[in-house]
Amino acid sequence: MDQSKIRNFCIIAHIDHGKSTLADRIIEKTGLLTEREMQEQVLDNMDLERERGITIKAQTVRTIYKADDGEEYVFNLIDTPGHVDFNYEVSRSLAACDGAVLVVDATQGVEAQTLGNVYLALDHDLEILPVINKIDLPSAEPDKAAEEIEDVIGLEAMDCPRISAKTGENVHEVLEQIVKRLPPPEGDSDKPLKALIFDSLYDSYRGVIVFIRLFDGKLTRGTKIRMMATGGEFEVTEVGIFGAGKFIPTEELSAGMVGYLEASIKDMKLSRVGDTVTYAENPCAEALPGYKEPLPMVYCGIYPAETPRYPDLRDALEKLQLNDAALQYEPETSQALGFGFRCGFLGLLHLDVVTQRLEREYDLDLITTAPSVIYKIHKTNGEVIDLTNPTNMPDASEIDYMEEPMVKAEIMVTSEYVGSIMTLCQERRGIYEETEYIETTRAVLRYKLPLNEIIYDFFDALKGRSRGYASFDYEFCGYERSELVRMDILVNHETVDALSFIVYAPNAYARGSQMCERLKKEIPRQLFDIPIQAAIGSKIIARETVRQLRKDVLAKCYGGDISRKRKLLEKQKEGKKKMRQIGSVEVPKDAFLNVLKLNEE
Amino acid sequence: MKNTGIYIHIPFCVRKCAYCDFFSFSADEELKRHYADAVIKELEAWADHFQEDEIDTVYIGGGTPTVMDPADLVRILSAVRNLFRLKDDAEITMEMNPGTVTRETAFLLRPLVNRVSLGIQSFHDRELKALGRIHSAAEAVEAVGILRKAGFENLSFDLMYGIPGQTIPGWKETLEKAVALSPRHISAYSLIIEEGTPFEKMYRDGKLTFLPSEDEEREMTNLAEEYLSIHGFSQYEISNYALPGYESRHNTRYWKRSGYLGIGAGASSLIGHTRWRNTRDIGLYLTNSSSPELLKREEERLDLKAEMEEFMFLGLRMKEGVTEQDFREMFGRNLTDVYGEQIRKQLAGGFLRTDGCGRFAFTGRGMEVSNVLLAEYL
Repeated sequence: MDQSKIRNFCIIAHIDHGKSTLADRIIEKTGLLTEREMQEQVLDNMDLERERGITIKAQTVRTIYKADDGEEYVFNLIDTPGHVDFNYEVSRSLAACDGAVLVVDATQGVEAQTLGNVYLALDHDLEILPVINKIDLPSAEPDKAAEEIEDVIGLEAMDCPRISAKTGENVHEVLEQIVKRLPPPEGDSDKPLKALIFDSLYDSYRGVIVFIRLFDGKLTRGTKIRMMATGGEFEVTEVGIFGAGKFIPTEELSAGMVGYLEASIKDMKLSRVGDTVTYAENPCAEALPGYKEPLPMVYCGIYPAETPRYPDLRDALEKLQLNDAALQYEPETSQALGFGFRCGFLGLLHLDVVTQRLEREYDLDLITTAPSVIYKIHKTNGEVIDLTNPTNMPDASEIDYMEEPMVKAEIMVTSEYVGSIMTLCQERRGIYEETEYIETTRAVLRYKLPLNEIIYDFFDALKGRSRGYASFDYEFCGYERSELVRMDILVNHETVDALSFIVYAPNAYARGSQMCERLKKEIPRQLFDIPIQAAIGSKIIARETVRQLRKDVLAKCYGGDISRKRKLLEKQKEGKKKMRQIGSVEVPKDAFLNVLKLNEE
Repeated sequence: MKNTGIYIHIPFCVRKCAYCDFFSFSADEELKRHYADAVIKELEAWADHFQEDEIDTVYIGGGTPTVMDPADLVRILSAVRNLFRLKDDAEITMEMNPGTVTRETAFLLRPLVNRVSLGIQSFHDRELKALGRIHSAAEAVEAVGILRKAGFENLSFDLMYGIPGQTIPGWKETLEKAVALSPRHISAYSLIIEEGTPFEKMYRDGKLTFLPSEDEEREMTNLAEEYLSIHGFSQYEISNYALPGYESRHNTRYWKRSGYLGIGAGASSLIGHTRWRNTRDIGLYLTNSSSPELLKREEERLDLKAEMEEFMFLGLRMKEGVTEQDFREMFGRNLTDVYGEQIRKQLAGGFLRTDGCGRFAFTGRGMEVSNVLLAEYL
C-alpha cells in the first residue's frame, strides 16, 4: 500500500458545530455509499448518541476518494468522542491520525471546547485544516469566524473552505484540501510491528475487535502479537478495514494503515485503548507514548431495582466493560439496597451514558446512588485512605484531616451572563482565577472548584443560568485540604446508607434541610407518618415528616364488573414494584438520585 | 336449590356525564326497541340453563334504563318473570335518572319493580352542572314525589362527593336534603377521575379546578358516616348505607361472590367458577343475542388463588368483613394459613379488627385507605 495515498484524519469540533454532518457528506462524496444507504447520521450508530446528538464511542470509516489530480486516495476518517469526560479516548483517537479537520460554526465562532480539542490535536503534532461550516444560515458570519480562528487559535484561516455540510456546498473543496494539506503517514512496513489501539469493540461471536493504527510493520492472519502494556499474547485470526458500518477482511495491514484485528480475544482488559500492539517474537524497542490506565473521577453505587436481577446486572456490567475500558466496578452491599456495585466513571456524562445503556440495552431497572468523588482521608495513625463510598468513612476520632479533589474549570460565556455564572461558581465554593475576554461579547472565566461541587448538577445549573449559552470544560488539578463531614439520612428512624453523602461542613445545615425537603416530595404518603431526618454523627440537624395517607378508596362497583376492580388493585400493586422497601417505608427508586438535585428549583 | 341474580344492562342514556366511563351512549328509538328484543332473546336462550336456580335478585342498570320506552322495560321484566323461577320476595331494582322519571314510567313499572335506585348525586344545581348531569335538584325532588305516589317505598339514592367546587357545608346540605326525602338506602361515593372521560382530559389540561383536597374528601366521608348513622343508616359497605333490612341484596352478591347472570351488551357474569363479560359491540349483540356463547368476552375460569383473592378484596369492602368459617367452607383452607402475614400486619397497624371468633373486618381507618390494604391480598 502506497502510504502517500493514505490520509488518516479526524474531525474535531465543538458540540453541534456539525462534525457528524460533515462526516456524512465526506462519506457520501467519496462514493463508497449510495445515498440510499446513507442513514441520517452514519457515524453515530448508537441510539443513545443519536438522541443526545453526541458521539460516545469512536467509529471509523475507510473511504476512497478520487481526487482532481486523477489519483485515488484512501481516507481513514477516525471519529472522536465529543465530551470532556472522554478526553483520554479523544487523545488516543487523535494519536491514530496524521491530520485533523477543525469545524467551526460560522454562527458561533470559536468555543471553549473547540480550543480544548485544538490543543489536544496540536499536542499530537497533527496538521490542522480549519473549515467554516453553516454558511447557509442567515446569521452566519464566516469572516468573523475566520478572524477568531486566526486570533484565538493562531491558524491561517482566511482562505480556508467555507462550507455548508448540510447542503453539501463546497464540501468538494474540503476533500481536495485533505489531499493537499494533510500529510500522508510515514512508517516502515519492514520494521517490527508498532500499532496503536485507539478503540475496541466486543462482539459476542467474534470476541474483541481491536481498532488499530499501524505505525510500523505489518499484520496478517496468523501473526503472533503481544499487547505491550497488558502483556496479552494472541494469534491474529483476521485483519481488515472499516467499510461504512461493516468490517471488510483484507489480506494484510501495513504501516500507515488503519484497520482492525481479531485474535479470539475474550477479555477486553487485555486490549486497552492506548496500548501498543507488537510482534510476540521480535517486538519493537519501545511502546508508543501516552498509554495510561483510565482514571475514574466519579463513583456511585448501582443496584438492580429488583434484587433477583443482581446476576443480570453483573453480566451487563461485564459486557459493557468490554466496550468501555474506562468503566470500573466492584461488588458492594448496601443495607438499604442489597447487592450491587460501586462503579467508577470518568465523569458525570460517562455515568449517565453507562446507566442509560444498562437500562436500555440490558433491560435493567436500576437504582443509582449519589455520585461521590474520591476523598483522601489522613488518619491519625498516619494511614491515608481513598474514600469512594461515604459509608466507609472512618469514625471522626480516627481522622486527622481530609482532602478533596479540585478541578480547574474554564467556562466560556457571553458577557451578559458573566455575573450570574460568577455567582454560581461562588455558591459552589469556586476560587476565582481570571477572566479573559476573547472579544467584547465573550469571556472565559477560570475558576478552581472542588470536584464534588460540580458532579451533581453543575452543568444543568450552568445551562440554566446562561440560557444555554455557557460551555464548560474542566481538568483535575490535585487534592486540597478541606473541612468535610458525612451526612446521614434517616427515614423512619433508620439510617439509609445509600443516601449518605460527604458535604463541606459549613454547608451541612443547609444541605441537610434541602435533602429532607426534597425527600419529603419524593416519598409518597403511606399508611403511617414517616419522619425524615438528616444527621451528622448522632446529631439531628434537620427534620421533615411525610404525613400518613388520608384516603384511598375504590369507587362503587357497577354491574358486578369485578375484573375491572381487580385490574385497578393490580395497578396499585404494580406501582409498589417501582418502590424500594426501606424498613417499612416504600421509597421510589428514582428518589436516590433525585434528592441530589438540590439547588436549581 | 341455589339462588342466582340477574343483571340486565341498558347501555343507553340521554347524554354522557362528564365523569362517566361506563358503557353507555345515546341511541334512537328504533335501536332501543331492537335492543329490548335482543335482551329478551338472550333471556330466552339462557332460561333452560337456569331452571334449577331460584332468582332472588334482578337489577336493571345502565346507562339509564328509563330512557327506554317503558313498554319495552315491561316486556323485559315480564320475560324474566315468565322464563325464570323468580322468588316471591325477589328484590327487583331499576336504576333511574331523576330527569327521566315520568308518571307513566312509574305507574307502568310499579307492579314489576320493587326498588328504585335514583341517581340524584347532589342537591346543588351548580354541582350537577359541573358533573354534566341532565337534571336539576328540583327535578330530583319531583321524581321522588312521582315514585312515592306510584307506590315505590324502597328507594335508594346515589350521592356523590369530591365534586369540583363542592364544600363541606354543601355536602352536608345534600345529605340533609336526601335524608329528608326518606330513602331506605344511600350510596355515597367519591368522584374518581377515570381514564377516557371528559373529566380526565380537563384534569390533565389543568381545567378541573376546585377539586376538594384529600383531607376535605376524608372529612366528607366522615361526615356522611356520622350524619347517616344518626339517621339510622348503617354503613354496610365502603360506599353503601342502609336502614336495617334494606341493604341491597343484589349488590351484596358482588361482595359475597354469589352467582349472577349478566344480560345485555357489556354485562358481567359470575356463574360457578367462571367470569365473563358480554361484547360491547351493539351490532354484534343484536345479531347474536340468541346464542349467548357467541357474546362472551374475557371469559376467565377462576383458579383457587384468584377466588381466594376475590374473597378477600371483595369481602373486606363490607363492614361485616370476612370470616374464617366462610373461607374454610369455600376453599377448604385456613384463612390465616393463606393470608396470615397480611392479616397480622393490618391488625398491628390498626387497619383491621377481629372479634376473636374468626371474623375480620376493616376499622374506620382501614376503610379510608382500603385500596392500599386490599392490594396486599393480590
